[in-house]
Amino acid sequence: MAAQSTIEQPGRTSPPDRPTPAARRPARPGAAALRFASRTWRPAAVLAAILVLWWVVTAAELVKPYLVPSPSATFDVVRAQPGYFAHHTWITTYETVLGFVIAIAVGVLSAVVMVYSPTVEKSLYPLLLFAQVIPKIAIAPLFVVWLGFGLSPKVVVAVLMAFFPIVISTVTGLKSIDPEMLQLSATMGAGPAQTFRKIRFPAALPHLFAGLKVAATMAVTGAVVGEFVGANEGLGYVILQANGNLDTPTLFAGLVVMSLLGVVLFVVVELLEHLLLPWHASRRTDATTTTM
Amino acid sequence: MTVGNPTTDAAPGATATGAAVEIDQVAVRFRTKKKDTTALRDVTLRIAPGEFVAIVGASGCGKSTLLKLVSGLLRPSSGQVRLDGEDVRGPRRDIGYVFQRAALLEWRSARRNILLQAEMRRLPKAQARARVDELIAMTGLTGFEDAYPNELSGGMQQRVALCRALLHRPPVLLMDEPFGALDALTREQMNVELRRIWRETGTTVLLVTHSIAEAVYLADRVIVMTPRPGTVAEVIDVDLPAERDYGRTMSDPVFARVTGRIRDLLGATTSAD
Ligand SMILES: Nc1ncnc2c1ncn2[C@@H]1O[C@H](COP(=O)(O)OP(=O)(O)O)[C@@H](O)[C@H]1O
Ligand SMILES: [Mg+2]
Repeated sequence: MAAQSTIEQPGRTSPPDRPTPAARRPARPGAAALRFASRTWRPAAVLAAILVLWWVVTAAELVKPYLVPSPSATFDVVRAQPGYFAHHTWITTYETVLGFVIAIAVGVLSAVVMVYSPTVEKSLYPLLLFAQVIPKIAIAPLFVVWLGFGLSPKVVVAVLMAFFPIVISTVTGLKSIDPEMLQLSATMGAGPAQTFRKIRFPAALPHLFAGLKVAATMAVTGAVVGEFVGANEGLGYVILQANGNLDTPTLFAGLVVMSLLGVVLFVVVELLEHLLLPWHASRRTDATTTTM
Repeated sequence: MTVGNPTTDAAPGATATGAAVEIDQVAVRFRTKKKDTTALRDVTLRIAPGEFVAIVGASGCGKSTLLKLVSGLLRPSSGQVRLDGEDVRGPRRDIGYVFQRAALLEWRSARRNILLQAEMRRLPKAQARARVDELIAMTGLTGFEDAYPNELSGGMQQRVALCRALLHRPPVLLMDEPFGALDALTREQMNVELRRIWRETGTTVLLVTHSIAEAVYLADRVIVMTPRPGTVAEVIDVDLPAERDYGRTMSDPVFARVTGRIRDLLGATTSAD
């Protein structure tokens, strides 16, 4: 059926064509894979180019190997001690995800309270801003003093880093609701809880997800900053150790794994967004005239 | 709790007139930091059950404010508003509201957008579903039930909004420039359908519009308002037959006379624009 189903500008024309299911979701798994490939090949190409550049620079010995190790030397480090890297990656992942989840819970909750109570908003906003502008690296030692060398200070720094974008985006999302929609809800006899659940919160989700994507990468940074200040495990610890030993291949390996962790978390959030908000405008492939 | 049946045993005396909507010497003043605006002054209106009333007037003369008063979304600064004989004190559930923008939820299909009304009111599911099917058929949305708002044309979106407003069989339907964003052809089509739907449902309709032709074609009475601060300049009875073929109505001498009169009034009163 795909052959002739040209979707002529769904909307705006009268009489409009019947929307085909294809307008919403790809019909076959093959199509989905194709779309995924068409979306990812560009960034993949850029990544490959960077790798090639890295390889050329080191192979031609443009930089001393002890300053910049070759890609193969870096990967060899990981291959030589997979258990070591797996363990420390797991620790950082755990801290990051825990911090991220707590930041979501606390962030969304405070945003909701702030939107519904201007008094709370006025008193909380300066505090939030203060917590945001204070350099985390500067207060992280304090958390170590307070909470010890365990997981908790890292999680706290991750929460602090991730919290702000979540609050801001959720507040923006909840406030951007069409006032007429709220009035309509009132004439339907809906209470505040019903209006929130069925209208206001779903409408805020696209904004919230924008904040979550920023927050996901911030959480990784937070966890590693926490580890820098005082830890005996985690990727931050690996990097710090390698730095002390002038072991650049391990240092580079740590950096690569850390970046991958951030990217994976980001992609997970994006996938979740695609699953939960198939309706959102940013996802619409506008005016698709499929010729297949 | 039950919706659907508009009859009430409201305060004695209040229903003596049997009006669906009564507006009594109402004034509305908005106070903002910068200045005070008098949106409406000394508005008195009486609308009978089942009547179709159109409201026309310059931009900013308080037409939307008037509808918000009737729905209870806004309280008058002075005067009284009664709906179905009862004083309006807060948002009223026994109305249907249609805005210029359809105000549909993007993440819900047409059918589920209409069902929002039933969900908010906690109406029995089966009953609500049957009613949605009925409305979809009545408004010509058949085949578009599962389409999402972004897949619908402006006219289709307004049909969905209309179905949502009619789901609970409100005794009074408030429409605020519902077809203002549609192209001329779709608009005419929607006018014809609204007229038919109104005749089928017997609902009292208050329609705010910028189109004089739309007002006269649809309404039994047209309320012409003065520029801000708005008040009723004149109420014009439209002596056209109940059965109104669109083309024939447009060429009817009565239609020409009434639209001419309204145009004169608006021209005279909006010369400031
Ligand atoms: N919430 C409000 N706060 C302050 N002024 C308002 C508000 N709503 C409407 N107004 C003012 O009241 C006047 C009438 O508005 P409105 O009823 O929307 O006019 P219309 O629908 O006829 O164009 C306008 O001057 C508008 O600026
Ligand atoms: Mg208006």
